[in-house]
Amino acid sequence: MSQKKIVYPYIPNSVPATKEAMLRAVKARSIEEFYEDVPESIRLKDKMNLPEPLLSEAALVRHVEELLSRNKSTREMLSFLGAGCAPHYVPAVCDEINSRSEFLTAYAGEPYEDHGRWQALFEYESMMGELLNMDVVNVPVYNGFQATATALRMAGRITCRDTVLLPSTVNPDKLSMVRGYLKPDMKVELVSFNPATGLMDLNALRNQINEQTAAIYIENPSYLGFLESQAEVIGQIAHENGALFVVYVDPISLGVISPPADYGADIACGDIQSLGIHMNYGGGHGGFIATRDEEKFVMEFPSRLFGVAPTCVEGEYGFGDVAFERTSFARREEGKEWVGTAAALWCITAGVYLALMGPRGMVEIGQGIMQRVRYAIKKLNQVSGVKTLFPTTPHFKEFVVNFDETGKTVKEINQALLERGIFGGKDLSAEFPSLGQSALFCVTEIHTQADIDRLVNAIQEVVK
Amino acid sequence: MNHTKVKKLCAPKAIAPKPALRRFHQARWDEPIIFELSSPGQRGVLPPEPEEAIVRAAGDVFDNLPASLKRKSPPALPEMSQIHVLRHYLRLSQETLGVDLNIDVGQGTCTMKYSPKVNDQLVRSPRMRELHPLQPLSTVQGILEVMYRFQEMLKEISGMDYVTLQPQAGSQAIFTNIIMIRAYHEARGEGSKRTEVITSSFSHPSNAAAAKVAGYRVMTLPPDEDGYPDFDALKAAVSERTAALLITNPEDTGIFNPRIKEFTDLVHAAGGLCALDQANANGLLGIVRAREMGFDACHFNLHKTFSTPHGCGGPGAAACCVTKELAPFLPVPTIEFDGTSYYLDFNRPQSIGKIHPWYGVAQNILRAYAWIMSLGADGLREVAEIAVLNNNYLLHKVLEIRGVSAPYARGKRRIEQVRYSWEKLAEETGVHSEEIGFRAADFGTHYWTSHHPFVVPEPMTLEPTESYSREDLDEYVAILKYIAHEAYTNPEVIHSAPHNSTIHRIDQESFDDPEAWAITWRAYKRKLKRNDHDE
Repeated sequence: MSQKKIVYPYIPNSVPATKEAMLRAVKARSIEEFYEDVPESIRLKDKMNLPEPLLSEAALVRHVEELLSRNKSTREMLSFLGAGCAPHYVPAVCDEINSRSEFLTAYAGEPYEDHGRWQALFEYESMMGELLNMDVVNVPVYNGFQATATALRMAGRITCRDTVLLPSTVNPDKLSMVRGYLKPDMKVELVSFNPATGLMDLNALRNQINEQTAAIYIENPSYLGFLESQAEVIGQIAHENGALFVVYVDPISLGVISPPADYGADIACGDIQSLGIHMNYGGGHGGFIATRDEEKFVMEFPSRLFGVAPTCVEGEYGFGDVAFERTSFARREEGKEWVGTAAALWCITAGVYLALMGPRGMVEIGQGIMQRVRYAIKKLNQVSGVKTLFPTTPHFKEFVVNFDETGKTVKEINQALLERGIFGGKDLSAEFPSLGQSALFCVTEIHTQADIDRLVNAIQEVVK
Repeated sequence: MNHTKVKKLCAPKAIAPKPALRRFHQARWDEPIIFELSSPGQRGVLPPEPEEAIVRAAGDVFDNLPASLKRKSPPALPEMSQIHVLRHYLRLSQETLGVDLNIDVGQGTCTMKYSPKVNDQLVRSPRMRELHPLQPLSTVQGILEVMYRFQEMLKEISGMDYVTLQPQAGSQAIFTNIIMIRAYHEARGEGSKRTEVITSSFSHPSNAAAAKVAGYRVMTLPPDEDGYPDFDALKAAVSERTAALLITNPEDTGIFNPRIKEFTDLVHAAGGLCALDQANANGLLGIVRAREMGFDACHFNLHKTFSTPHGCGGPGAAACCVTKELAPFLPVPTIEFDGTSYYLDFNRPQSIGKIHPWYGVAQNILRAYAWIMSLGADGLREVAEIAVLNNNYLLHKVLEIRGVSAPYARGKRRIEQVRYSWEKLAEETGVHSEEIGFRAADFGTHYWTSHHPFVVPEPMTLEPTESYSREDLDEYVAILKYIAHEAYTNPEVIHSAPHNSTIHRIDQESFDDPEAWAITWRAYKRKLKRNDHDE
């Protein structure tokens, strides 16, 4: 059977005549000659067994769209899922900028051909610095999990101590990742929480902290949605014991909630997904780490830190790597952890988001989310058998709803909600058995009164 | 206006042909820092206001917040109207080259290939980007099928048995492989005994760095005279303490190590495992696989080999592929298919746990899947063959330039890239490789030296992939040739480069000075601006 020779649109030199001419130019008989160092004994003998290609773009689009049609998105369903990935409104300009071919396809460019990239990343650091009230913010790591793990390793290096104390309300998935990352150099211990308030048990904390404690880590808001209102005291306990105070925050809360630096945090960290980035089935994350501008902190960052500097022309801004010698790019295993491709496009996007929102936007969105959450909590508590946990503790955008008294499991309730076009909260019954049949609900600025009422009515129907 | 009445001043003339080199000038908007564009009171977007009933019912939402948690004053972000935010960032984007606008062969080891636009369009579907990772599985069967099918493809491409798509980029994949190997040794009761990881000096720095984070002592194989990782050094390094060999093939020199199976056999004989960093896999697709080279694990960077865009440095995506011996240690969840539907398996008691908060960079997995679907097995092999043809063509042309060489393995063909040296040029002219990069920016191209330390003196690493035409490669070579000529005839023009860039030579002094470095605008204002410019 004669096979038609395909010229691939993504491969300009797949034109047979070009190939021949290039082979002649390098005095090669065939392409096989380039592989002469690959021994026969390890060569792949057969053609790879892969699906038949869809050579035309039209056929490819049809195929992928058919696959995607088997998904139902949060645009089609009413979703209250959060737990670290939240549906916030993404302004059009955010997508316009991160779709720009220049930003989308650039990589590790140097300041002279990719100046715009450097400035955009520096401006992201700078706007995050305002939000966090800190002078040093990194070019992002992979996500909030990584930011947490690296912040804790930094604390270990800064203090020369090896134990970190985390609240036992921490996301178990995050805990799993952090343990894997800190092992074998550091130990992770959990501090129990008050079951009525969710807050950290300070007596337990005082008992656990010792001269090996590198850091106390808290989350504000916590994984379970409440705000750790004892944060300032926890920071003092850390400092009295020579430990650092590391605080994980949701940056979209910081228009109204204090930046951790204001209540004593030495290192702030978190995830930027809430700042103008689509959820992408969990692919929309980037992690930030921020500290004071002290050499002993700066030198422990593994990430790149872009700084501003003059050029030889008056009035020009130039950018470059601050203290590059810290990094694994400069010193391999002698550098701090490692640095590599992470989430730069998302931090450009988060920068665009912060510039669009401005100071007033960040205040309004934070307050508006808290108002909706309060409304939702009030309404849900009116449903017989349904109650929200930690009622006296302030919440930001998530809260735990307990269904024990309805006699139904979260699984049953969520199934019934699904049939009504609603994604209910994340089932916590396996992760936190002590909370019984509870689910973590997320409400943001995208939710209207009608959305919340619809949820409450549906739950009322379901638990009856 | 009646054109016929205009008197001809001179005879009609054809437009002259283009000069040999492009008269490029990078966009130069002289754009202020975004804070300097702030105008009090302006708004970029308005968040949706909660309804009156919500506001009433909520009351004072700060009434139970301790004073320490209530922000005292709004963050000092810029205040800008929407068009000004847009314009500022559009200008910055114009001051960035990106792959689409340049012949990006100068960023060797990064596999700067074309990222098809159709795949960018596909991931903008709400049924991709508006998916929450905790949705009921029945509502995400499409994306799970994509991920599952992509795993199956990678099994075939690597020869391995199992795949995880969780790592967010290559370095995290290296780390994932090494901690799976760590768990493997621990499960066999050899965790405390196996304390060393061996890598090579031409492997990516993250191989060494990630092994160190995982708690290992790192041993680095130097290149031998021919540029291969030194086999005698490996023999000396391997012992019952060896946990793993982490290596690349071809390494960043572009030379395929034909003895690779002897390397992996030697490590296996001592009870260690072997992981292949496939950052340079592009030229070997369909030719040779990690399995047959004797590896127990490998990883691919989807933003390199499988075309997903690099995004100014992420999000990328990566995949770890392992043998069945390592499969019990894969991160949770794995993506499985029971014959009817796709599901997530969390019940894996020996798992290393979580790597990614969810399942990986799903949108890039979709892009990579679509890219493979557009090419098939023959297409992937064509990718490899043309990438290698392009590389050897470029090698041939570059070596005609005065002052440059391709160290090691003289006369040998190369696979995916070449690490060149301008040592001779530097000796003869005083022009350094880094400066050639500054000058290359004047011609609208990107250029990179190599990772540190510079084992090859005055390095330059070129990787032409399959995406560039013969004419593109000729143009890149012409630029290098021109710059080399300048080095010999007018080095000052290089020492003072760039000339046609957005900016001029940066004063690097502050970047290593804690008193002067400025990582945010607020730090800059505090440290420097105050002293110099304020009245």
